[in-house]
Amino acid sequence: MSNNFRLDSGGEINRTERISFKFNGKTLFGYKGDTLASALLANGIHLVARSFKYHRPRGFLGSGSEEPNAIVQLHKDKAKTEPNIRATQIEIFQGLEARSQNCWPSVNFDISEINNFFSPILPAGFYYKTFMWPAKLWEKYEYFIRKSAGLGISPTKRDPDLYDHKYYHCEVLIIGSGPAGLTAAMIAAKSGKKVLLVDEKPEHGGSLVGANSEVTNIDNKRPKEWIQKTYSELVKIKNIKVLNRTSVAAYHNYNYLIMMQNLTDHLNENDKKNKIRQRLWKVRAKKVILATGSIERPMIFDCNDRPGIMLSSAVRKYLNHYGVKCGNSVVIFSNNDDAYETALSLHGKGIKIKAIIDIRQESQGDLVNKCISLGIKILWKHTVVKAEGHKKINAAIVMKLSNDNNSVVGNKIKITCDLLCVSGGYTPAVHLFTQSGGKLAFDEKKFYFYPYKTSLDQLSVGACAGIFNLKKIVHDTYIKVNTFLKTNIKNETVVADYKSGGFENIWLLPSNKISGKVKSFVDFQNDATANDIKLALREGFKSIEHVKRYTTTGMATDQGKIANMHALGIISDISKTKMGELGTTTFRPPFTPLTFGALVGRNVKQFFDITRETPMHYWHKDNGAKFEDVGQWKRAWYYPMNNENMYKAVQRESKAARECAGILDASTLGKIDIQGVDASEFLNRVYTNAWSKLGIGKCRYGLMLNEDGMVYDDGVTTRLGENHYIMTTTTGGAATVMSKLEDYLQTEWPELKVFLTSVTDHFATVSVCGPHSRKILEKVVKNINFEDQKFPHMSFNEGIIDNIKCRVMRISFTGELSYEINIQANYGKAVWEKCMEAGKEFNITPYGTEAMHLLRAEKGFVIVGQETDGTVTPGDLQMDWIVSKKKYDFIGKRSLYRSDTMKEGRKQMVGLLTKDPNEILEEGSQIVAEIKKSPPMVMLGHVTSSYYSPNLKKSIALAVIKNGKNLKGKKLYIPMKNKVIEVIVSDAVFWDKEGSRLNA
Amino acid sequence: MFIIKCPYCGERDHSEFSYGGEAHIVRPKQPTELSDDQWAEYLFMRKNIKGLQYERWNHAHGCRQWFNVGRDTSNDKIHFVYKMGESPPK
Ligand SMILES: [Zn+2]
Repeated sequence: MSNNFRLDSGGEINRTERISFKFNGKTLFGYKGDTLASALLANGIHLVARSFKYHRPRGFLGSGSEEPNAIVQLHKDKAKTEPNIRATQIEIFQGLEARSQNCWPSVNFDISEINNFFSPILPAGFYYKTFMWPAKLWEKYEYFIRKSAGLGISPTKRDPDLYDHKYYHCEVLIIGSGPAGLTAAMIAAKSGKKVLLVDEKPEHGGSLVGANSEVTNIDNKRPKEWIQKTYSELVKIKNIKVLNRTSVAAYHNYNYLIMMQNLTDHLNENDKKNKIRQRLWKVRAKKVILATGSIERPMIFDCNDRPGIMLSSAVRKYLNHYGVKCGNSVVIFSNNDDAYETALSLHGKGIKIKAIIDIRQESQGDLVNKCISLGIKILWKHTVVKAEGHKKINAAIVMKLSNDNNSVVGNKIKITCDLLCVSGGYTPAVHLFTQSGGKLAFDEKKFYFYPYKTSLDQLSVGACAGIFNLKKIVHDTYIKVNTFLKTNIKNETVVADYKSGGFENIWLLPSNKISGKVKSFVDFQNDATANDIKLALREGFKSIEHVKRYTTTGMATDQGKIANMHALGIISDISKTKMGELGTTTFRPPFTPLTFGALVGRNVKQFFDITRETPMHYWHKDNGAKFEDVGQWKRAWYYPMNNENMYKAVQRESKAARECAGILDASTLGKIDIQGVDASEFLNRVYTNAWSKLGIGKCRYGLMLNEDGMVYDDGVTTRLGENHYIMTTTTGGAATVMSKLEDYLQTEWPELKVFLTSVTDHFATVSVCGPHSRKILEKVVKNINFEDQKFPHMSFNEGIIDNIKCRVMRISFTGELSYEINIQANYGKAVWEKCMEAGKEFNITPYGTEAMHLLRAEKGFVIVGQETDGTVTPGDLQMDWIVSKKKYDFIGKRSLYRSDTMKEGRKQMVGLLTKDPNEILEEGSQIVAEIKKSPPMVMLGHVTSSYYSPNLKKSIALAVIKNGKNLKGKKLYIPMKNKVIEVIVSDAVFWDKEGSRLNA
Repeated sequence: MFIIKCPYCGERDHSEFSYGGEAHIVRPKQPTELSDDQWAEYLFMRKNIKGLQYERWNHAHGCRQWFNVGRDTSNDKIHFVYKMGESPPK
């Protein structure tokens, strides 16, 4: 038998451009304009996939984004390979390589098909049930489940393609360029509004593409000519933009939509080079017109998933648009007149129609009568009870329906065929409508959900609004769109009309067999059958959302575009609940899957997130610093010398800072300039301590709480003038502190005259510490007397470095004599280098954040976010001294007197010393008082900071421990994986308790 | 995904703003006078309305001003916007 199923003529493919591609390793040919689906069908290939659970053979059901079966893996390349792509949406190009998924060793012979025979052990809710069965068996299931779960293979290398994002604003967005969408676009464009028209397909025309041109006629033109004429008229209008291959993924509130445009996937490899592959559009539209069409329904009967069973509209499109016949000997199974258009198309191309099986009693439609006059056999009031054949249908078994349609009667009729076209009527594609928050209503006569209520400036037209007759679509679109846009464009379109018969609906067709023996697929992609749904109902599931999750119906990558209506219908029939009352499950974005590449756009590698660098960044880099991410900042972490590891570098840096001089880049600390006559009062209210009496030129450490009394931020604030302060915050807290302060100023205390300015980026901060720091500063900064009496600890002076003003604060986070130079940011690197030069004779040593953490831990200074976690009060930190008792109020004060914050035995910060001074604790380790053989043990708290102190020559740690305040000297334990570490609770200040070095 | 009309700048995309919770919860003038329960009422208790809610927004990536918004939480429709210190339109 010939494998050539391409008609000799016809279709919109370009027969002069032959394209070779590979499918499952075999080289095949198609034409430019083919999809992978049409090209495979032209080669007589129907079996393209194995089903998810039972590994049943599967072929093409549809012709577009609704396709549930024919999903393939594209490209061999490890970077470009892409799973779960619908073969019906891939346009073939020279060099395309596609593979079947979910089958091993091949799609023709798949070992896991054995699941099909054991299907009784894979019932609905199988995965959930395994969790309820004995835990010991889980290990056995797990292997099985993991192996069979998932479909395609993910890429393992970095995506080499380029992606882009685009923002777009328009007055009218029209989604779908079928007859309704094109009509709406014409009206909108003529009105002069800024219009965007998009369609997911490469070609425009929607349902008119592939329509039978003997039957369908607009403006005395064949459908394809009308599409062409309309399109070329449209693109001449300047205020409209038309996009194809653009799928709307998400429709959010306020007419905000996300769409993905495919730019190069259809091009030959060479033409793809250096081009953007996909563009994500973020569209704000004043008005949206949905013209998303409808999706044909299959029929639900035994083995309705066999390859060679296809939607009638798809068969028609393959035939008329691609010039491909999907079979040579055809049975059509329908419940409406639309399938008769397919019959006429097939008949017109000389393809044998063995019979039309129609569940209706009769139809007086024009198309039906035409088929009758052509001598096509019609079996009225009959149903298909089973499809025979394994990898491909070879016969349909047909029986007569009983009067009430609940059973079948009479003898089985076997009709051999190689193609069964099914047409179960049309479902309006309301996915985007519901995504936008629209409410649906169910039409009990027409058996579909239609758009009912929306709160947006939005309109549904055409088939997605439940109108299927072409003449009515055009007429109705004119009326609705004119009203919607307040235009008055006249409808001059002439549409040939014909009489149509009725529509009869049976969700689950009756069978001659008991239901346990029947495999009627509802969700093809997730392998959910009518029996699964019945079982879920028997097991007590009632809500449609629960049945969906239990049976996984509608949860595959196609989100049940095909499946949902039948699932609902079957539930409605069995539970005797009206469809409208059942409601639908939620359609969630994306409408069709979109790539991570498109989502992330250009925000990859160094553009993934903003990085902030200090003015001295390149000095650190040039001097071999390792960097640490602190929020968006890159901070120098440590400066390894001669291949030192981190530990050795940090030990060296920490020692140098105490013995000679250290230099730290503190530019990342948040800085807020505070000015105004009420600045002191403002600080009084936001910090726990008092500020009114702070002298000009003095600095003070402050602790900031949340209104719940928990420590929020800390830092040193300096009084620069009567009404002028500069506040420093933690590096990570800079932005949130600023917005919190702004919040209080604007909303709680608008009477205060205070102005805040974030100046974090405006100043570079060079911190020099150690016994020699004064001598270094004296060399670098002029106009300041650095004598201890003249410039004591916690004070400020203004100095000059090479004619540039700078602020110098004598403050310390290390416990050593220490100065901070603040200078306009662009001089930061020069000042740093000057300090390095001046400090050379004193062995000045740059130290990073890690040594800084170590040095402050020796001194028992907390780091907000390290010792605190939003549950720690000042009292818990044993810092009651900083909480003013005199102040009437400050943020968080009242909460410090709540019963919970005042209770005994809260977790409090303490120091820990290990019994073995060389044993370094792991930060985060749990602390217990009593060791048991195995968990659980009563956990008292955890280690927050831990280091080996080079200056004390022993291991030190900070921890928060229940009732820690009262445990000094007590022995506690830290159980680790292979050992137990003994620790003694100590004071949190390990170094220079008297502070003599600070005040030196 | 809303569009919010900042009373100082005009209509801007949602992403420029940050949310500040329920509006018109005034910080007590004399917190020390309050019982634990009364303080907890101010500190923790929020209405979580389905329907029209008065809430605070900050034009964080714009003018940095705080203002109030009347939003229907069931469909995110913003009915009105008004400045701090003003009462909601009737
Ligand atoms: Zn603003």
